[in-house]
Amino acid sequence: MAKADFEVPELKKHIEVPRVEEGTMAHLSPYVAKPDHQNGVGYPEELVENWHEKTLQAMDDVRKKYRSFQVYLDACVKCGSCTDKCHYFLGTGDPKNMPVGRQDLLRKVYRRYFTLPGKYFPKLVGAEDLTRETLDDWYSYYHQCSQCRRCSVFCPYGIDTAEISMAAREILDRVGYGQKYCNEIIAKVHKIGNNLGLPGPALLDTLEGLEEDVFDETGVEVKFPLDQEGADILLVTPSADFFAEPHVDGLMGYGKVFHEAGVSWTLSTTASEAANFGMFIGSYENMRRISLRVRQAAKELGVKRIVFGECGHAWRVAYSFLNTLAGPFDFLDPKYPVPQHICEFTYDLIRKGKLNLDKSANDEMVLTFHDSCNVARASRMGDQPGGQFTIPREVIKASCNHYVDMHHDTIHEKTFCCGGGGGLLTDDLMEIRVKGAKPRMTALQNVIQENGVTHMAAICAICKSQFSKMLPFYGMEMDQIVSVHQLVSNAIILTGQKTDEDAEENATEEA
Amino acid sequence: MAIDVDGKSYETDEEGYLVNISDWVPGVAEVMAKEDDLELTDDHWEILNFLREYYEEYQIAPAVRVLTKAVGKKLGKEKGNSKYLYSLFPYGPGKQACRYAGLPKPTGCI
Repeated sequence: MAKADFEVPELKKHIEVPRVEEGTMAHLSPYVAKPDHQNGVGYPEELVENWHEKTLQAMDDVRKKYRSFQVYLDACVKCGSCTDKCHYFLGTGDPKNMPVGRQDLLRKVYRRYFTLPGKYFPKLVGAEDLTRETLDDWYSYYHQCSQCRRCSVFCPYGIDTAEISMAAREILDRVGYGQKYCNEIIAKVHKIGNNLGLPGPALLDTLEGLEEDVFDETGVEVKFPLDQEGADILLVTPSADFFAEPHVDGLMGYGKVFHEAGVSWTLSTTASEAANFGMFIGSYENMRRISLRVRQAAKELGVKRIVFGECGHAWRVAYSFLNTLAGPFDFLDPKYPVPQHICEFTYDLIRKGKLNLDKSANDEMVLTFHDSCNVARASRMGDQPGGQFTIPREVIKASCNHYVDMHHDTIHEKTFCCGGGGGLLTDDLMEIRVKGAKPRMTALQNVIQENGVTHMAAICAICKSQFSKMLPFYGMEMDQIVSVHQLVSNAIILTGQKTDEDAEENATEEA
Repeated sequence: MAIDVDGKSYETDEEGYLVNISDWVPGVAEVMAKEDDLELTDDHWEILNFLREYYEEYQIAPAVRVLTKAVGKKLGKEKGNSKYLYSLFPYGPGKQACRYAGLPKPTGCI
């Protein structure tokens, strides 16, 4: 595990509200995007000279374009409901990490230049001038928000800090003050097709390797097709599924499920990314360009359905915005949801009794489930309210014998973010990632100690990567985080699969 | 930023990765490892060499599973897993080993 140059919080029995300490996280800002990263996403290469004028202009544009943004800035009555709901505040005690504190960073400037009392009596209404320091403060604290929307669940007015945070990042981008991590990645998607910059030949090599692995394990030829024209289903999945662990174990699970369902499916080189970081930086145009890749691939390959793999915010974009961004999808089969989540796909087969799942294959694990914020609070699955909570759990429970939920205040719509979402999954923000993971780690440690939980499953690439880094900081093992379809992969018995009994029989015959 | 290797200066970015991949010489890995208080053994070099070969062919670092499989084939099954890789590169094989090998930093949700 990497050495920490900050204090890792100590886990207690309960998630405690910390004492407020001003400025504890003021030192932390992510690396600023380089000119070519900025160019790649269509923004000025560096902070523009007339940043003052341009910032206010951008704010004016954003408030006119998104009515919600202005309503959120106007509506807050400082009731305090949100103050102890953000994982980053709970982990740091910095008041600018309270959702209201974070909103106020923009709100005070909005009031100063766009409201009558703020123009004439700024001090009376908490309005402040826009200065160069304001921009730095925005840059720092709007990159300490994972846009998880937990605070909005508790706000009586439904103020969505995530939208304010997205707007702030868009304003910063428009004056040439972008974040390296997000903008470098978005530029790669535009250029190569995925966040990693994984070119077609590397993707093909990786998928062939997976085919070999599944064959070695099961004796069944499960294919992981790429760019196969005429396939029924296009699978769009986070590129981390090709690259990292435990993500890839989930991808092997999807492949086995498709195989067993008897459907033809394919991945695409050009749409080899489910993630859409355009949302993180509040850029409609970048979000649209990334989404259009999916549409284009679906049309070119002539598929009838689109299925999304395990990726949190990708599912928000897919479920809530895909049709607006890249629709209409009238060329797809109307019998199926557009798009469909892999958990919905698998759950449907489970309900129809089409999968042979041996739960005992996961008997060495006692599982719990981490609801990923964007799935939990910004989307749905299936045709029932709350399907985004029940369906992944049903898939897990059909694949294992031992399942326990974490404390009810930390799951479903009240779930805590992993600490790495919203464009924060980068080493230069490690301190806030570790501190922000504290509430989730507390809830996890409790079920480990009280219920013997050994592993936590998730359906988001960011969550999986974040937890595999965070668990060792908190005295746990990195492989205690698993993919939901990894559990399916372990449990599924493919038609014609060699089993342990076959192996034993062979051994007896050979003897 | 830059690092000095045998009297020659090599430019690195703010995260310590070589700016020009083609600049790489074995001494780069040695110096970077020394800064992390790590001594490079033959086991480390097996990984670094594989990373460089793979990168040359595919212009990207290998996926973790591709890497562990290659290591397993070459050095024995018990070493073909990420635990072994982390024992060599505690900051993570993808990021630490790629940096030593002169590869760009892998980006994305990893």
